Amino acid sequence: MDWQGQSLAEKLMQIMLLGFAVIAFGTGYLTASFQTMILIYAVGVVLTTLVTVPNWPVFNRHPLKWLDPSEVEKHPKPQPSSNVNSKKKPIKK
Amino acid sequence: MHSFGYRANALFTFAVTILGFMCALASFTDSFNSPSPSVQVQVLKVNWFQKQPNGNDEVSMTLNISADLQSLFTWNTKQVFVFLAAEYVTPKHVLNQISLWDAIIQEKENAKFTITTSNKYRFIDQGSNLRGKEFNLTLHWHVMPKTGKMLADKVVLPGYRLPAEYR
Repeated sequence: MDWQGQSLAEKLMQIMLLGFAVIAFGTGYLTASFQTMILIYAVGVVLTTLVTVPNWPVFNRHPLKWLDPSEVEKHPKPQPSSNVNSKKKPIKK
Repeated sequence: MHSFGYRANALFTFAVTILGFMCALASFTDSFNSPSPSVQVQVLKVNWFQKQPNGNDEVSMTLNISADLQSLFTWNTKQVFVFLAAEYVTPKHVLNQISLWDAIIQEKENAKFTITTSNKYRFIDQGSNLRGKEFNLTLHWHVMPKTGKMLADKVVLPGYRLPAEYR
């Protein structure tokens, strides 16, 4: 997933779970059936999982632009200089 | 929300947390229930009344228990445990309580009942104090919820008396 997709998936997950919880509680309370509440919520959790967890294409609509391999060769990685090693000084008591 | 496992874990945690809140809320709705149970108990007959060889009095009686506990049930009730206890005073102990009968009610329809039975558990005194004894019959109930705290309450029915002599 790309960044936008991740954000979308997270928001969708939270809204869907909360939404199903509210529906489940309301229905259970009105029908005076605890089992109904649990059942609706369980279905909601499964549905939310199917929608937000797998890597659906809709979450990849703004793909990250990685650097093209041909460009990489034009800009070689900087080598670490010898100054880096001398930073560690022994502690004198 | 980086990887599959990460998202699955986040979803699972959130889902279970919400479930916890829903159960707490369901338990809270029980406080809106104001129960109005009604109970009547008759001692139809004293079957026998003897002093045991070890010196303790024992009495067996036939009881008619009639109760309507339907108002105790809510959507969050798993079962109601009800028991009938005899209470009386003796010189040695200020309070003696003996459970004579109990039942588990799992459905609201079964909470309105009339039953005629001899005492399920033996009514044995610690000593020989029961002749002519005045006692209360108290019906206790424990409402066990599906989620949340158990509620225990009772109703006291006074004014019963055992025979003055053994039979």
